[in-house]
Amino acid sequence: MNGTIPAPTIEYGMLAPLLVVFGAAIVGVLVEAFAPRYLRSAIHLPITLLSLLISFGLIVWQWIEGVPTKAAAMGAIAVDGPAMFIWGTILVLAFVSVLLINDEGHFVGSAAAVPGSAEEEQALYEGAAHTEVYPLVLFAVGGMMLFPAANDLLIAFVALEVMSLPLYLLCGLARRRRLLSQEAAMKYFLLGAFSSAFFLYGTAMIYGYANSLDLAKIGATLGTVGGQDMLLYLGGAMISVGLLFKIGGAPFQAWKPDVYQGAPTPITALMASGTLIAAFGALVRVFWVALGGLDWDWRPVFYGVAVLTMLVGAILAITQTDIKRMLAYSSIAHGGFLLIGVIATGSAQAQNTSALSGILFYLVAYGFTTVGAFAVVTMVRDAGGEAWHLSRWAGLGKRSPLLAGVFAFFLLAFAGIPLTSGFFGKYAIFQAAVTGGALSLVIVGVVASAVAAFFYVRVIVLMFFSDPAADGPSVVLPSRGTAAVVGLAALATVVLGVFPQPVLDLAHSAAQSLFVR
Amino acid sequence: MTTHYLVLSALLFAIGGVGVLVRRNAIVVFMCVELMLNACNLAFVTFARQNGSLDGQVIAFFVMIVAAAEVVIGLAIIVTIFRTRRSASVDDASLLKH
Repeated sequence: MNGTIPAPTIEYGMLAPLLVVFGAAIVGVLVEAFAPRYLRSAIHLPITLLSLLISFGLIVWQWIEGVPTKAAAMGAIAVDGPAMFIWGTILVLAFVSVLLINDEGHFVGSAAAVPGSAEEEQALYEGAAHTEVYPLVLFAVGGMMLFPAANDLLIAFVALEVMSLPLYLLCGLARRRRLLSQEAAMKYFLLGAFSSAFFLYGTAMIYGYANSLDLAKIGATLGTVGGQDMLLYLGGAMISVGLLFKIGGAPFQAWKPDVYQGAPTPITALMASGTLIAAFGALVRVFWVALGGLDWDWRPVFYGVAVLTMLVGAILAITQTDIKRMLAYSSIAHGGFLLIGVIATGSAQAQNTSALSGILFYLVAYGFTTVGAFAVVTMVRDAGGEAWHLSRWAGLGKRSPLLAGVFAFFLLAFAGIPLTSGFFGKYAIFQAAVTGGALSLVIVGVVASAVAAFFYVRVIVLMFFSDPAADGPSVVLPSRGTAAVVGLAALATVVLGVFPQPVLDLAHSAAQSLFVR
Repeated sequence: MTTHYLVLSALLFAIGGVGVLVRRNAIVVFMCVELMLNACNLAFVTFARQNGSLDGQVIAFFVMIVAAAEVVIGLAIIVTIFRTRRSASVDDASLLKH
């Protein structure tokens, strides 16, 4: 243990996309501390949007220069094709979500004031606003980028918390229905902390087994250490609990509907797209790189989890009467479809590449559609805020055909109807699963899709073929930001559905080199 | 010799886990989560000793920092909900269901 400690090398150039986002988040905190109240949101918005744009630009530039495949920062953060593809996707979706978040009237004026109290009225009267939302979103986005790129279980744990902690707070900041919002924040927080404790204990077990947290080193240790298999299996199981919780895989899906319903809708959009993408990136990386040699053991477990997740998501969604809860159950079902891709590995590299590129394409397609769907939800309002109950959506198609048409289109994309992005997403994953020998899983997937299509179509029928209520909700004229979000999401859903080849190629070339080891 | 420490760590983790499931007060539930994190720390340090590497001890510091950050967020959320409902029971907060 004697001697000098060599200074670590950090590849600042490669990590620049991450550093820009975290740097901008810290600048945002300083703005909160020093800028006068009336200037803050005018400063925050450009900083937030610009940092996301610059970060995206840096990724594009690195991509054109040639995709690096390297474990940067002393092997802690993997900068490789899949990581960069996921970074780009998360940044675009975060940019779009920030446009939604920027819209007025989503966030509470003063979160510390008791709902209905004089302080709350005072805060509303003074026009108080929690501009901390912007730096919190940037920290969450930074965590989302770090999580799928973590090449070390400790970094994965830290990234998991950096991603989740701001989201716990953001969930509790809705302006309307504050009791629901606070309850969602508490449920998300307690369950999230519980599941990350499992993740950490699993990490400790794996550390005890492999004497390292580096994913590649863990992968290399499998099979060479004898007599300690118990540690390995316990560790793998507990890590999978933590990761499956984040993607909402059954039986760890219970938080999702509650949190999606209670959180402010723009934050729900960010969570539904960004967190799911980040968590899937991390799940695939951990189970393919570190525990790839154990796939005979985890594959049956994931098989069961995928079937259960798809069925729970699709069947329980039918009974929902709340639009946000229904979309949450649909998100659970989509998590199940994506899990099929995780199982569709094989011994041949081409098989793994096609499974991974299927997952990546599916994540892009689902991310855009879900942000668009939640953006539409923010526009249909009652006197008391957004109209969540499905009965209120009856006859929307007669009142505002354009909005209802766009929403119907998003629902068809969720269902995976041809000529929408959802079709090619499902096709890519199912095809990889069939060649990977998981035909029975694909059959379950198709059945679950059919069940899911039922409740999507039910909403469409409700919107177009039933009479509007006399005191039905009004559709607000969207702000430029919200209109842009809906337009962009609809455009992405159409383009990916009609002309998916460029993005499929991009996903394929990202997946070509697989994960850095 | 390190086995005893691992058994203790597993016991602490189990006590924390059971506490999260059976206790009703949000603060106590949260304390149980912290107990689980500390059980992880004990396991890391024990494995560091057992494997003869220092990584585990460094990781324990990271975990402490993360746990401290979690306390800040958690108490903020629980205090807000307590001020609204005059109760920190996790059973009372049950508006979101079905």
